[in-house]
Amino acid sequence: MSTAPHALLAAGEASRHRPLIITLFAVFVAATLVITVWAGRRTRGAADFYAGGRQFTGFQNGLAVSGDYMSAASFLGIAGAIALFGYDGFLYSIGFLVAWLVALLLVAEPLRNSGRYTMGDVLAYRMRQRPVRTAAGVSTIVVSIFYLLAQMAGAGVLVSLLLGITSDGGRIGIVALVCVLMIVYVTVGGMKGTTWVQMVKAVLLIAGALLLTLLVLLKFHFDVSDLLGSAAGTSGKGTAFLEPGLKFGASGTTKLDFLSLGLALVLGTAGLPHILIRFYTVPTAKAARTSVIWAIGLIGAFYLMTLALGFGAAALIKPAEITASNKAGNTAAPLLALHLGGVDSSWGAALLAGISAVAFATILAVVAGLTLASSSSFAHDIYANVIKRGTASEKQELGAARWATVGIGAVSVVLGALARDLNVAGLVALAFAVAASANLPTLLFSLFWKRFTTTGALWSIYGGLVVAVGLVLFSPVVSGAPTSMFPGADFHWFPLENPGLVSIPAGFLLGVVGTLLSKETPDRAKYAELEVRSLTGTGAH
Amino acid sequence: MATETPPPAKTPAPLPSGEEFVAEQESAEFGELRRAHRSFAFPLTGAFIAWYLLYVLLSNYAGGFMGTRLFGNVNVALVLGLAQFLTTFLIAWWYARHAAAQLDPRAEAIKSRMEGRV
Repeated sequence: MSTAPHALLAAGEASRHRPLIITLFAVFVAATLVITVWAGRRTRGAADFYAGGRQFTGFQNGLAVSGDYMSAASFLGIAGAIALFGYDGFLYSIGFLVAWLVALLLVAEPLRNSGRYTMGDVLAYRMRQRPVRTAAGVSTIVVSIFYLLAQMAGAGVLVSLLLGITSDGGRIGIVALVCVLMIVYVTVGGMKGTTWVQMVKAVLLIAGALLLTLLVLLKFHFDVSDLLGSAAGTSGKGTAFLEPGLKFGASGTTKLDFLSLGLALVLGTAGLPHILIRFYTVPTAKAARTSVIWAIGLIGAFYLMTLALGFGAAALIKPAEITASNKAGNTAAPLLALHLGGVDSSWGAALLAGISAVAFATILAVVAGLTLASSSSFAHDIYANVIKRGTASEKQELGAARWATVGIGAVSVVLGALARDLNVAGLVALAFAVAASANLPTLLFSLFWKRFTTTGALWSIYGGLVVAVGLVLFSPVVSGAPTSMFPGADFHWFPLENPGLVSIPAGFLLGVVGTLLSKETPDRAKYAELEVRSLTGTGAH
Repeated sequence: MATETPPPAKTPAPLPSGEEFVAEQESAEFGELRRAHRSFAFPLTGAFIAWYLLYVLLSNYAGGFMGTRLFGNVNVALVLGLAQFLTTFLIAWWYARHAAAQLDPRAEAIKSRMEGRV
């Protein structure tokens, strides 16, 4: 991702189409701004700002959930990983998809029935409000910031490669532009505007992926075996390209790392705050269920298409060309578009521009969803319930949410500028690991374990959080390897890049130990209230 | 009771009291709803996580088996990966059916009774 000459050459290929890419992107931005202003005029109270008025249908929210979930990491990252590592790239998408069943069976409906605006609503329901709300707010913001950083770093990489902007100033300028747009989306449009932006983005992304998939399959006369064979041949790796092991099979440590990653992926989704708050945008738990089922269908179909895109790129483009453009393969999908359309034809240019604009749209929409999740949690959990102890007016609370959005935007510009060379996949995997270690145990114990106490909740949230972040700090992600954040330093002692294998069991265990050691008696009436409400929807609005 | 949330915009029926919730939680009717949810969701969650982990472990430690060709260039690894997609879709569909038949009618009955709409 440096300014090495070969990277510039590959970037130059794309930057010839710069005017078209910028035009398409500007059209998307203009359209979403119109939607945002329209939604903003219909946003009056807290239920509108935080939960989009709870008027979306299950299908609409299913589309929006898919839009929130299919980040640039999954579109560009998974297609790129398959293009370079073959089968091992596919392993990511399986974990990302299966994870939705946890949300469907255990989390989405109870959350919709018993909470109002944030994940903290459910975590703190039967606990002492102030400490648990604080913990929920902290963990929401930490998870969202890691995720946000990954998107920002991704935006920087994408921009430098597709628009040929490689100067530091230019890249920081693009990150700043992304931040300004996300602040406008969230402060003006609230959840209503953000949800519509997610829906538009999801439709564009699925349409783009579908078009490329059909073009790939057409090229191979719908003969999947032929496609796989060509991919294996062009990759230069032979049949090993179609088997597990190229990315994760190097040694015993990398295999354990893959197990750790798999655990974090499958248990993380149901603890991601920006996904959880989407379930408040529908009127009932039944509609929340419908949205997860649509999301599973759409996301599953999308990941199947990335399989065709990844193997298609591997079959049609030499690996050297992919890695020359981006070492991690993040530009394989746009390059594939160019090759499918014809490198020197205007059709190829249009296709490349279209797919690149979709990738930008993806980053913008996901960033807006993450910002909304963290500013909601700050305003509703920390400002209204901890600082103001529930005495803040709705107007004050929404004011706090809008200021928090601006604050998070400002922080993101700074962090995004610093994080532009960080490993994108590592940051996303870390967000999943923290969500699975801190949020999921606390959610499940709160909803289903009668004895669970405030102390237990605090131990599982802070414990999961500290163990996960701490292990990453002392892992090869941060120091001691050529790909580390600080390649010059070496203070790592934890061998795995993903902490999940240790931190997820630790989060669950700490919740149990904290509960058993605490002398407090659980609030029986409050648990009865939570359990009955979460399963029946009594009093849900 | 802590007043952690501002009064909602539309005025819904006031929430039943703590005693009513405790009584409801101990009722046979609610017990049935709880059992219908837990006896379906808990074992199934265990099962699909085990099936997913089995797949991860096979990918890690059974490379030879996963590389076995079935037809053309399609090998066991690819078929098992696609099988994970298929089982995910099937479980989602199965849960939707179970919820509509076993959970929704029971939940709706308790909700209307508690909100005094019977």
